[in-house]
Amino acid sequence: MHRYFPHTDSDIAEMLKAVGLQKLEDLYAEVPEELKLSGELKLPESKSEAEIRKIFEELAAHNKPLTCFAGAGAYDHYTPSLIPYIASRSEFSTSYTPYQAEISQGTLMYIFEYQTLMAELTGMEVSNASMYDGSTATAEAMMMACAASKKRNKVLMSATLNPRVKDVVKTYAHFHGVDLEEVDAASNGLINREAISSKLSADDVAGLIVSQPNFFGLVEDFSGLADECHAHKTLLTINSPASTLGALKSPGEWGADIACGDAQSLGLPLNYGGPYIGYLCTSNSLIRKMPGRIVGQTVDAEGKRTFVLTMQAREQHIRREKATSNICTSQGMMCLYVAAYLSLMGPKGLREVNDNSFKAAHYLCKKLLQTGRFKLVFDAPFFNEFCLEYSGDVDGLIKKCAQEGVLAGVKIDDHKILIAATEKRTKEEIDHFVELTK
Amino acid sequence: MAKVIEGLYYSESHEFVRIEGEFGFVGITDYAQNQLGNVVYVDMPEVDDEVTAGEEFGAVESVKAASDLISPVSGTVVEVNEALEDEPELINKDAFENWVMKVKLSDPSEVESLMDAASYEKTCE
Amino acid sequence: MNNVYYGKLIFELSRPGRIGYSIPKDHTGEEGFAALPDSVLRKSPLRLPEADEQTVARHYTNMSNNNFGVDTGFYPLGSCTMKYNPKINEEMASLPAFTQLHPAQPASTAQGALALYYETQRALSEVAGMEAFTLNPFAGAHGELTGLMVIRTYHERRGDTKRTKIIVPDSAHGTNPASAAVCGLQIVEVKSTPQGTVDVEDLKPLLGDDIAGMMMTNPNTLGIFETKIPEIAKLVHECGGLMYYDGANLNPMLGVCRPGDMGFDVMHINLHKTFSTPHGGGGPGSGPVGVRKGLEDYLPNPQVVKKSDGTFAIEYGNEALGSVSPHFGNYAIIIRAYAYLLSLGRDGIARAGKLAVLNANYIKEALKSHYLLPIEGLCKHEFVFDGLRPEYGGDHHDDAHVTTLDVAKRLLDYGFHAPTIYFPLLFHEALMIEPTETESKDTLDDFITVMKKIAEEAKSDPAFVKASPHSTPVRRLDDVRAVKDAIFRFQFD
Repeated sequence: MHRYFPHTDSDIAEMLKAVGLQKLEDLYAEVPEELKLSGELKLPESKSEAEIRKIFEELAAHNKPLTCFAGAGAYDHYTPSLIPYIASRSEFSTSYTPYQAEISQGTLMYIFEYQTLMAELTGMEVSNASMYDGSTATAEAMMMACAASKKRNKVLMSATLNPRVKDVVKTYAHFHGVDLEEVDAASNGLINREAISSKLSADDVAGLIVSQPNFFGLVEDFSGLADECHAHKTLLTINSPASTLGALKSPGEWGADIACGDAQSLGLPLNYGGPYIGYLCTSNSLIRKMPGRIVGQTVDAEGKRTFVLTMQAREQHIRREKATSNICTSQGMMCLYVAAYLSLMGPKGLREVNDNSFKAAHYLCKKLLQTGRFKLVFDAPFFNEFCLEYSGDVDGLIKKCAQEGVLAGVKIDDHKILIAATEKRTKEEIDHFVELTK
Repeated sequence: MAKVIEGLYYSESHEFVRIEGEFGFVGITDYAQNQLGNVVYVDMPEVDDEVTAGEEFGAVESVKAASDLISPVSGTVVEVNEALEDEPELINKDAFENWVMKVKLSDPSEVESLMDAASYEKTCE
Repeated sequence: MNNVYYGKLIFELSRPGRIGYSIPKDHTGEEGFAALPDSVLRKSPLRLPEADEQTVARHYTNMSNNNFGVDTGFYPLGSCTMKYNPKINEEMASLPAFTQLHPAQPASTAQGALALYYETQRALSEVAGMEAFTLNPFAGAHGELTGLMVIRTYHERRGDTKRTKIIVPDSAHGTNPASAAVCGLQIVEVKSTPQGTVDVEDLKPLLGDDIAGMMMTNPNTLGIFETKIPEIAKLVHECGGLMYYDGANLNPMLGVCRPGDMGFDVMHINLHKTFSTPHGGGGPGSGPVGVRKGLEDYLPNPQVVKKSDGTFAIEYGNEALGSVSPHFGNYAIIIRAYAYLLSLGRDGIARAGKLAVLNANYIKEALKSHYLLPIEGLCKHEFVFDGLRPEYGGDHHDDAHVTTLDVAKRLLDYGFHAPTIYFPLLFHEALMIEPTETESKDTLDDFITVMKKIAEEAKSDPAFVKASPHSTPVRRLDDVRAVKDAIFRFQFD
């Protein structure tokens, strides 16, 4: 017997009898003998909960959570207690994709709220019901731009995007057959407008992907960029960490056609890289080219407002190889995290999170520069993340700080480091970090 | 029983074409609309697009299905039925009246390889 | 589920001036982001809800009451393996020593996390009969895509560039052809025999030097074991292609017959199906990809390796196909799967598949008197009915008779989730039932009783069944209106 299997011996005997068999092995009578496993799997025996707990305590003891000054796409913002508490309700967590809308209004409603919130935050008309993460959302945006243009297959990606995101986008491009061209950054660390203009003028570019703030934390001014793209029938995609959209001009305000990125910064725990959630928002005119699931409003037989999965004719289970994407997931649980986070934070809270993150990062930057061991790599204004040149070896710095319980940042090269701060970092933590670098 | 109209040409993938001079009006058959159910969207080509017989030129969507539109003729799209943009359900009301695109035929003889009403009716049984 | 319908959106509960957050005061004395140039700042209003914490707590708690999960009741959704999600898994995944790890922190400070990743991939390799696994793909379809990238990389590296086609059975999950299309492959469909398995004679002429490989799930989407798999694998290998195993249906084969031993070269596993991680309303999932010996270098970066001194390191291999995720996929999902692997152990794994198969066959045999079973014989974890039997009105396809959709909706009234409906596409009225091993005989008996009762109702009062569900929080929805109205966000005044 096992705690997850309710079958008693007599249950098994009765059930076998009902199906006309003698023993459990007979259920596999048609499977060729030579394919069957001979002997047992080389795995340990089943464990009790108490034993499992011990194993995890042991593993946990070999992890060392650090006071986090790293970003590079994953930011240590605070998750209010209510969120994991709500998300742990098993009516939410143990349900699946809301195929039966009559008993899934909970999931459908929070996804509808999520869609509203993301459309609002990005300034776009419509949001899908989420993607896996920011990198795959960006890859989907690339493929979407090609599909929307019908005849074009070239996409420009600014080198100012996060290299981890770029790696994923490049991998998708290679296999999907997109002619993806990376446009080097300008010497000031911002997008290279001249190089982009010259490439757009060939009138063969389906999409341009830029990032705000960019990988180095720098805030870009995209004035005129959307008009220029549209003059050449190119779709503009802006990738942003979702939280910053509460402060910075939104993709919609810049005139973007697609807004995408990671929404981890909206209260999702770091979780060693996942699960996070990707968002993808666009205009109504592009909705049929949009990947992923979407929830729409309708009424039930009694005229009540209700919600349902809709626009499914774009999706893999109906369109198969003609689908806009292979994605089947909606990152439901993470949509709930985002919806609950933004509901708690509201416009004022999100503003304060951004304000305090900005302040903490600028204070930290100033203090580090005062040590005399760092120089700013770029002059452009930054948001809550910045790139510094270090007079010593970056690996050594990261190692030393880690020993003292501090994650100093993300290494760019032997002498450059990318450092971030959020509203969670106190002045004391920042001062302690600065001391360690001296 | 699905309606079939004499004088039109039919394809195996359930499109029809009505010939008027050098133009062909292309749409989906009554049988096709019936199979699809409530049509909610028609993805139409653009004017001046080139279409080729046997190749896709758009799609028709219902709530839980979608079907590619395969052009029965080759030529240049000179008009699309804009009424379908706002009222795709017109196809359910009268599929033959509510054609999807008007094509200037590049090879009028192509229609000879299509089915007439009588043979198409048989394929729908 | 409570039947008091709760229908408000958070935006309708918002009152200007309320707050639900607390943030530490700033002590740095620095200027805020308003110091940035005006041209880069947001100007449009940010219409987020303004609500206190209790309002938000009640809002989502009430919403959850309108949801049905595995913890609520029987969820026989075919192809989805809705087994019980153990709570110890949840607790282990929420340990701060895991949740607080930043993906970029030095490997030396994440040895426990890396060890767990490594041990999970070793355990999955043993369960599946593969050489190595990557746990980086985020979901099943993402795993399919990654696996197909492995196959394309294998051919590319050998300079074999003309293999641009992939064979997919007509009964395959929709993600198979969709993933192949994203991966830049052309789809060649192979037909099923009347018995529902791959038609080997139809397959033979498709094989050639342009075939990259073939995707299969075994048991297939009808729940039938493809007994000709050795022959199929041999044919595909002989033409130079690789065999891809869609692991969506792995559960019944656990501990009995491994994909690696069936002749598959590349595969994915849905941790949210076979390994009990919660489905979360549609995600996050996790879709580890396994490969046979000789293909492991192509697995995506980053890779976790065990050093000779017993420590774990993160590596970026030059031979890798690229990256499909920035870090280690949905790491917190992997934690849950590892806890489950430990809970089951080799003895539990060996039993899980068998009990799942027993449950499926038990329902199938009990209900075939009322529902049309198009393919007789043993099924594996799931099986498909083609609607009601003719004596219950199942052979009529007009508006007055009860369809599969109506049966599904009526089930909701009786407190069961519906099976998967209208898939696979091979049957007009498909009703695909997968009970999983965590359901007791008592639950199955209750389900069987209700299914028979619905069949009787279909005969005696079809109009009542067609108007169902009657007792759910909301009634049947207008799907057409949802597409026509195209309202995808709350309409602010």
